[in-house]
Amino acid sequence: MNTVALSRRSLIAAGGSVLAAGVLATGVSGLLLPARAQGLAPTESMSGGSNNYRKGAPIVERIGKGGFWMSGTVRRAGDGAPLAGQRIQIWAHTPEGQEHEPQSHGATLTDKDGKFRLEMPQIIPIFGQPHGHLAYDSGEFKTVFLRPIMRSAKEKSLEAHFVLQPA
Amino acid sequence: MRSAKAPLIWAALAAVICVPIAFAAASPLLEWRGPLYMLAGFAGMIALGLTLVQPLLIAGYLPGLPAFRGRRVHHWTGGALLLAVVVHVGGLWITSPPDMIDALTYTSPTPFSPFGVTAMWAIFAVALLAALRRRLGMRPRTWRIAHMSLAVLIVAGVTVHAMLVEGTMETISKAALCALVIGVAIKVMADVLWRKRATSRGDSPARQ
Repeated sequence: MNTVALSRRSLIAAGGSVLAAGVLATGVSGLLLPARAQGLAPTESMSGGSNNYRKGAPIVERIGKGGFWMSGTVRRAGDGAPLAGQRIQIWAHTPEGQEHEPQSHGATLTDKDGKFRLEMPQIIPIFGQPHGHLAYDSGEFKTVFLRPIMRSAKEKSLEAHFVLQPA
Repeated sequence: MRSAKAPLIWAALAAVICVPIAFAAASPLLEWRGPLYMLAGFAGMIALGLTLVQPLLIAGYLPGLPAFRGRRVHHWTGGALLLAVVVHVGGLWITSPPDMIDALTYTSPTPFSPFGVTAMWAIFAVALLAALRRRLGMRPRTWRIAHMSLAVLIVAGVTVHAMLVEGTMETISKAALCALVIGVAIKVMADVLWRKRATSRGDSPARQ
């Protein structure tokens, strides 16, 4: 029922990588088993998720010139209720800047359904993997850093989902 | 025949190492990388290439470099391999310290990192043992077992690391180089083990 397509990379990773477990856990608990929302487990920070984080990135219409979409949802642990107005910070290595550079960072707020969507420049592989970074770090809930990986460097969008627990 | 064979072998060796590096040099990803990051990447590719050269030298397979002379070159290229790894890791550290620290502490999310870091420690260990083996009074047999075990780690670590990295290298030329690194390492180790077994039994080292 829950067919999670494993790429070659994530299959190889499954042996030792915490990441594979993280991605699967997030995907399964966040997307594929809404019936179990009653006991929805909080999302754990991913290893390396906070690398090159800059606290307090400004809320922006889009990061740089755009062309790539980062989207996802923010829900509450336990009942899975969507969380509106939550600030999600996003950064990545793109043609417009390296991960640590300020212009590579931006933030957006979730809508009433707990969804967020921010346009940003195309993510390009850095340190051997095309990946993005997202943070929830506003204090009301426990801080979570995510580091989703693109299946292919050619993709034009990437998703990440947060299930937050009270701080 | 014999005169044509030697240049052909050298040309093939140069091609198998230089073609992947040339492809990487043409990668569009380089446009968005700083000079140090690029240097680190190419140092890694040179290290991969040297991993192919090392067993060829020690086995005396390269024309004009029989084993007794190849051994001396092997020491120098071993030093170059060590240097390439230091530049690779150092350059990446400066490019993104948190990512490199994750890798070195085996806490990186990238599946290729532990393979690369393990190969790095194995290369350091071989270099250290090679420098100290006389002082430690290491017997040739002990040295050989230690070096070959570490070489297995190096070859496996370097090739898996390289294949899993999604970077500037082009996939097919990279895979060909990695396959050769593994193939040559297996061949040379099999030859060494065969010869040792044959000589310890008092047989002729020649096969069959």
